[in-house]
Amino acid sequence: MTPFAPSWVELAVAIPFVGALCVSRMRAPETASRWCLGFSGATLACSVLAAAAFAFNLPIGWGRPASETGGIFAVDELSVSLLPLVALLHFLTALATVRTKMGRFSFAWMLFGEAMRMAAFACVDPWLLIGLMAVSTVPPYFELRSRAKPTRVYALHMGGFVALLFAGWITAANFPHLRSLAGALLLLAVLVRSGTVPFHLWVADLCESSTFGNSLLYITPLSGAYLAVRLVLPVAPDWVLTGLGTVSTITALYAAGMATVQTDGRRLFAYLFLSHASLILVGMQLHTPITLTGSLALWHSVMLSLCGLGLTLRALEARLGRLSLTRYHGLYEHSPALAVCFLLTGLASVGFPGTMGYVAAEVLVDGVVAANPLVGIATIGAAALNGIAVLRAYLLLFTGRQHVSTVSLAITPRERVAVLTLAAIILMAGLFPQPNVESSHKAAEAILQARTIEGQKGVPPN
Amino acid sequence: MSDTLPDTIEFMTWVGGVTVTVPFLLLGLLGLPSLLGYRLTEATSARATRWLTFVGLLAACGLFLSMLVSGHRHVVLDLGNWVEIHAHAGAGHEHYHFSAKFVFDRLSIPLVILSYLLCGTIGAFAVKYLHREPGYNRFFVLFGVFLCGMVTASAAGTIETLFTGWELVGLSSALLVAYFQERPAPARNGLRIWAVYRVSDAALLTAAVVMHQMAGEGDFDRLLGSGWPGGAAPTTSDQALLVGLLLLLAAAGKSALLPFSGWLPRAMEGPTPSSAVFYGALSVHLGAFLLLRANALIAASVWLAVAVVALGLLTAAFAYLAGSVQTDIKSALSFASLTQVGLIVIEIGAGHWVPFLWYVALAHLIGHACMRTLQFVRAPSLLQDYRRLENAIGGRLQHRTGFWLGLLPVALRQWVYRFALERGYLDVALDRFVVRPFVAVFQWFDDREWRLTAWLNAAPDPREPGSGAAPCPAPPEPAAAAAARSDV
Repeated sequence: MTPFAPSWVELAVAIPFVGALCVSRMRAPETASRWCLGFSGATLACSVLAAAAFAFNLPIGWGRPASETGGIFAVDELSVSLLPLVALLHFLTALATVRTKMGRFSFAWMLFGEAMRMAAFACVDPWLLIGLMAVSTVPPYFELRSRAKPTRVYALHMGGFVALLFAGWITAANFPHLRSLAGALLLLAVLVRSGTVPFHLWVADLCESSTFGNSLLYITPLSGAYLAVRLVLPVAPDWVLTGLGTVSTITALYAAGMATVQTDGRRLFAYLFLSHASLILVGMQLHTPITLTGSLALWHSVMLSLCGLGLTLRALEARLGRLSLTRYHGLYEHSPALAVCFLLTGLASVGFPGTMGYVAAEVLVDGVVAANPLVGIATIGAAALNGIAVLRAYLLLFTGRQHVSTVSLAITPRERVAVLTLAAIILMAGLFPQPNVESSHKAAEAILQARTIEGQKGVPPN
Repeated sequence: MSDTLPDTIEFMTWVGGVTVTVPFLLLGLLGLPSLLGYRLTEATSARATRWLTFVGLLAACGLFLSMLVSGHRHVVLDLGNWVEIHAHAGAGHEHYHFSAKFVFDRLSIPLVILSYLLCGTIGAFAVKYLHREPGYNRFFVLFGVFLCGMVTASAAGTIETLFTGWELVGLSSALLVAYFQERPAPARNGLRIWAVYRVSDAALLTAAVVMHQMAGEGDFDRLLGSGWPGGAAPTTSDQALLVGLLLLLAAAGKSALLPFSGWLPRAMEGPTPSSAVFYGALSVHLGAFLLLRANALIAASVWLAVAVVALGLLTAAFAYLAGSVQTDIKSALSFASLTQVGLIVIEIGAGHWVPFLWYVALAHLIGHACMRTLQFVRAPSLLQDYRRLENAIGGRLQHRTGFWLGLLPVALRQWVYRFALERGYLDVALDRFVVRPFVAVFQWFDDREWRLTAWLNAAPDPREPGSGAAPCPAPPEPAAAAAARSDV
C-alpha cells in the first residue's frame, strides 16, 4: 500500500484490517456489531468504487490510473466482480447478525478474515497470494479452539493445504522441468481447499463446529476456485486438469446425493456448497471459453445465493437453535419472508429460471456437454439432486405442521434489508444476465490468454 | 400469408408482446408486495388477477383473430439474444447465445388462449373458494407463477424459452400441492412431485443442450422446421430418435405417463382450484404439448413414433384400470384425465403415419382440458349432485359392470382388481427399487463420514448419546424414506 496515494482497492483491504484491530478492543457486543457494520460497509463502498473505476477505466485511486497501479493489490478482469461480492457477503452477514447471536459471533475475526480474503482476491503476486491464503486459514482454527470444539480435522486438512500450496509453487517457480509435479501438488492443494472428495470432511465439520456466520464466510467465496484460476490453470498440464475435472464431477454428484439425505441444516448447507463448488471446478477443468465463462458466472451466482441460503438458515437458528431435518417445523406462518428468501436463494443456487444462476448454469452445461457429454449429464444430474435437496429442506423447515411460539419469530428489519438486498440482486441479475456473463467472459479470456502465455514460456501443456 | 401488410405484422407482434408480458406483470403485482412484507387484501389480489387475465385473454384472442383475418399463421416475437457471448477472431473461439423468442402459430395460440381462459375461470372460482384461507395470497402468487410458466412454455419459440416456462410450471405445481402446509402429507406429496419433475426437467435440459449442439441454436424454426405442423426437422433419423426419447421422458414426467403416473393422485392433495387447472387441464397436458411441438422429430423417426404410441397405449390402459376402482372423486378424475392424456399421446405418435391426427390431438387436448376443469370444480359438490340426480330419478344410480368381466377367471379378476387398487404398484416399485437404495447408499456414506470425522478428531461421534455435542440426533427414519412410503 502506498501511504500517500492509496487506491480504492488498497483501502478495501486496509479498512477491514484496521477495523479488526479496533473491534477486537471492544467488549460490548452491540458496539462491536455497529462498528463492524461501519467498517464492512466502508469496505464494500471502496470495493464497488474500485470495480467501477476498473470497469469504466477511471482512475482507481487518488490520481493513479487503473493501468498504472504498480502496487501489490490491483483489480483485473477476474477480481472486478469478486471483490464487491466478497465485501457484500461480509457486510450482509454483519448486518443480519441478530442480537441473540452477537455475544457468540466474533466480529473482530470476521473483519480479519474479510481483510485476508479481500487482500487475496486483489493480489497479483503469487507468493503473497499463497501467504494470504495460508494466514486466512488461521481465524477458523482459533474460533474452533475458543468454542472448545475438536480442531484436528480442520488442522489436518488446512495444514496439508498450506504445505501442498507452498511445495507446489516452490516447484513451479524453481524447477521448470518438474512442471507436472508442480501442477499435481497445486491441484491437490486446490482439491483440499475446495473440499473435493476425499478431502471434504473439514467443510461439514467446520460448519458443524464453528459459528455459522464465520464458517459460511470462510467457504462461500470459493477461495479454492480462486487459487485454481490464479495458480493452477496457467501452469498445469492438461492431465492435471483432467484429474481435477474427474474428481470434481464425482464430488458434484456425491455431494448432491449427500445433500438429499442430511438430517441437519448446517450439514445440508455444507454439502450443497461442496456440490456447487465442484460444478464450478468442472467448468474450469474443461477450460474452453464457454465452460470457463459459465464457471465464473456460476461462481458469482453461487456466492450470493449460498450466502443468502446460509444467512436464512442462520436467522432460523437464531430463533430455534440447531435445525433438525428429521421432522417438520412449520415455520412459514411465523416468518414468510425467511421462507421466500430460503426458496429464492436455494433455487437460485441450482439455476432456477428467473434467478441469477439460471443463465450461468445454462452456459456451463452447454459448454460442458459440447466438451464432454458424459460430464454434462453428470452436471445436469447433480443440479437435479441439489434442487430436490433444497425443496426437501424448505418443506421440512417451513411446512408440515403448525409451529406454536409464544414469542415473535418474524424477520427483523436488519435481516429484512439483508434478505431484500440479496433477493433484488439475484432477481435483477436473473432478468438481465448479460453483464454478469460478459464480465465472466472477459475474465475467462484473460485466464486463457495467461495459460497460453505460460504454456509458451515453459513446457507446453500436455 | 404472402400479402400481409407490414403494419399488420407489426400490430400482431405488439399484441403478442402484450400476451406474454401480462402474466409477468401479474406476478410482479402479486409477488413484490409479498416480498416487501406488505400483505395485499383479498379484493386487490382478486381484482389484479381478474383484470390482468382478462387483458391477456383479450390480447391472445385479438392475435388469433388477426391471424385468421390476415392469413398470417406464424407470428414471431423475437426479443433478441437475452445473453450473447460474442465469437472473437481467435481460432476456435466459441460463440454462445440464449435467445428469447416467442412464436404464435396454429399450436401455440390455442394453448395460450386456453391457458388464459382456464386460469381466468379458475382464478374467479378460487376467489370464493379460498376466501379467508390463511394462504390466500400465497395461492395467487403461485397461480401467477403458473400462468407465467404456461404462457411462456406455450408460446416458446426456442427450447430454452420453453424450458423456462416448464420449470415455472413445475415449481408452482409442487408448491401448490403442499398448499395446506400445516399437515405433513401435502408436504410429502409436494416433494415427491418435485422429485419427478426434476427428472423430467433434467431430461428436457439434456434434450435442449443436445439440440443446441446439433443445430448451433435452440430455435424451433431451425430445429423442427418452420410452421406447425408441416415443418420438417433437419436431422437424421437417429438424431431425431435420441432427442425425441429425451423429450418423451420429459413429457412422461410432466404428464404423469408411465412409469411416473404415481404422482398424479398425490397431486390432488392441493386445493381444488389448483387441482382443476393443473392436473385436470393445463399442467398435465404440457407433456403432450411438448410432443406436439416436437412433431417433426416424430415424423422423422418411425421408432420414436412407435415408442410414443406404445407409451400412450400403456398409460391409457393403466389409467383406465386404476381409475375404475378409485373411491374418491378427485383420484377418479385424475386417472380419467390420465386416460385421455394417454389417448392424446397415442394420437400424437400415430401422426407419424397420419399427420392429420396432430390436429385431432390438439382438438382433443383443448376439449378435454375444458371438460375436466368443469368436472374438477364440480367435485366438491359431487354428493349434492348425486342426491339431486337420485331425487330426480327416484332411485339409486345404477353402476354398470362391463360384460367382459364375467368372462375372466375369478383369480385374474382379483389380480387385476388389486393391481388397479394399488395403482399398478408403481409407487411401491419406485420406492423399493429407486428411492430406498438411493437413500440407503447415501446414508451409509453419511454414517461413515460421521465416524471418520469423529476418529480423525479423536472425539466421540456427536450423534451418540452422552457425547455432549449432538447437534441433531440421527432420525429413526429419514424424511426422504418416510416421504417415499407415504400415501395420499
